[in-house]
Amino acid sequence: MDEVKRNKTLVKNIFLLYFPLLFLGIFFLFPFFWMAITSIKPDRELYNLAQSPFVVKAPTLEHFTYLFTKMPFLTWMRNSFIVAGCSTLVSLAIGSLAGYSVARLRFPGASAIGMGIFITYLVPRTLLFLPLAHVLRSLGLANSVVSLVVTYPTFLVPFCTWILMGYFATIPKEIEECAIIDGCSRMGAFVKIVLPLATPGIIAAGVFAFTLSWTEFVYALSFIQLESQKVLTVGVVGQLVKGDVFLWGSLMATALMASIPLAVIYGVLQRHFISGLTAGAVKY
Amino acid sequence: MKSIDRFLKFPGQREAKLGYLLVLPAVVLILTLVAYPFVLAVYWSLTDKVVGRPPHFVGLRNFIELFHSRIFLRTARNSFVYTFSAVSLKFILGMGMALVLNQRFRGRNLLRGLYLLPWIVPMAISGVAWIWMYDSVFGVINYLIKMARISDTGWPWLANSTLAMIAVIVANVWRGTPFFGISMLAGLQAIPTELYEAAEVDGAGKLSKFFNITMPQLRHIILIVTLFSTIWTFADFETVYVITRGGPANTTHLFATLSYQIGLVAGQLGKGTAISLFIFPVLLLMMFLELKYVRRTI
Repeated sequence: MDEVKRNKTLVKNIFLLYFPLLFLGIFFLFPFFWMAITSIKPDRELYNLAQSPFVVKAPTLEHFTYLFTKMPFLTWMRNSFIVAGCSTLVSLAIGSLAGYSVARLRFPGASAIGMGIFITYLVPRTLLFLPLAHVLRSLGLANSVVSLVVTYPTFLVPFCTWILMGYFATIPKEIEECAIIDGCSRMGAFVKIVLPLATPGIIAAGVFAFTLSWTEFVYALSFIQLESQKVLTVGVVGQLVKGDVFLWGSLMATALMASIPLAVIYGVLQRHFISGLTAGAVKY
Repeated sequence: MKSIDRFLKFPGQREAKLGYLLVLPAVVLILTLVAYPFVLAVYWSLTDKVVGRPPHFVGLRNFIELFHSRIFLRTARNSFVYTFSAVSLKFILGMGMALVLNQRFRGRNLLRGLYLLPWIVPMAISGVAWIWMYDSVFGVINYLIKMARISDTGWPWLANSTLAMIAVIVANVWRGTPFFGISMLAGLQAIPTELYEAAEVDGAGKLSKFFNITMPQLRHIILIVTLFSTIWTFADFETVYVITRGGPANTTHLFATLSYQIGLVAGQLGKGTAISLFIFPVLLLMMFLELKYVRRTI
């Protein structure tokens, strides 16, 4: 009887667990696997129709060399870090102040303002990018990473506010009130007590904001044409228009290298990232 | 100062002042870089604005001309087909992913992390990989199709309108499913097991449990995630821009990419903003639904 039961469980597992997991694994990860294979395959093998695409006979690093010497890859990477880092910091600052205000302080119009900030998150960038490009150009900010640091908070702040509001609301009011009775100012209580307690939320919001900034494309494409100021996403795609011939080996090497920083950050902070992603959705 | 002091006697007033002060940066940011550009977009759509020249009011002429444009009508159709197909597929696959990951097994956290990679990596970057995979001659997808004897020559993915639409929809689904999956997984994990146990006592089978307990409990998450995804997908730019650039022959454009081509590349800001405004009705509808069902989050 036990053996029949065990076999039944095994069959059930194969259908409901192992097979779906394998299918999903292949579906989600194949493109990255393909990036990797292509990036180490020499040109003569890549464009050899007689050879199976899955086989690499003589792996090479020539594409990576090309990428680091012939493309301003590190410049793009640096720009992406600057933009994502600064935008995240600015948005966390603005968002935590706004989130605290709406969650804790009572004033007329608080919930309406909170709602308004939330709604902004839903306004797509593809609606605003045309007038924004124009506004930035007239402000002299076009073709500079500053244009992105200034505009990214427009979609990061609502999200940060939303997440942090949730975290602030879970901190018992009594703790703050004790501090205020002891002579602490409101803002003092905010900085010394509420913020430290909300740290997981801040990290989650920060990681998510960084990711959103790093992967942003429309604004980065529309506001910056200068190669030295381009961010990674735009730089990589820009390589596609260089003449008639696509150098797939180096394109894939570039794509792989461009995927790595975020994948690493994500790997280390996965827990925070997922909690950021689901914070709004599940917390309520 | 005396009159202000009179008001500050009430602690509520001080709190209110602080409240307004703290939301000020966010409000200023939104008013200047969201509300103002939006109004500007609406204004331009009613003018003949071209880059470098002052605008002249032309009423609804841009919109009327758009409705007579074959490319625009195709674009409108594409946007709806794209959004409907992609969101439906993402929902189904995401639900499946959540159900599978909800089981306990070794390496679950690792897999959960790996499955999120398509969402993490910028679509612009993975889009480049998709172009390579879809390549008619050297691409791996056609190689596999030939191996499977489904076709002798493979298919001209990015050179054929229908195939190109399928190609970008698949890429979008690939990218967006993890978002659905992870969110619904979180929702699944929040369902109290007592509900299932009680149902089992009453003799409920697997399907019954799924439809009578799981789905209703997930209603809130499903609504939020689906609404977000619908907005993002309808306003999508990267996927189509990177993989097909709206081609072949402007047949795979979405509102966003067409608006970019006309407004930014060709500099016709009047027409360009008019196109992008078509994203707005669907957005409004989603916002309305969002507020109605997500009310309790604020």
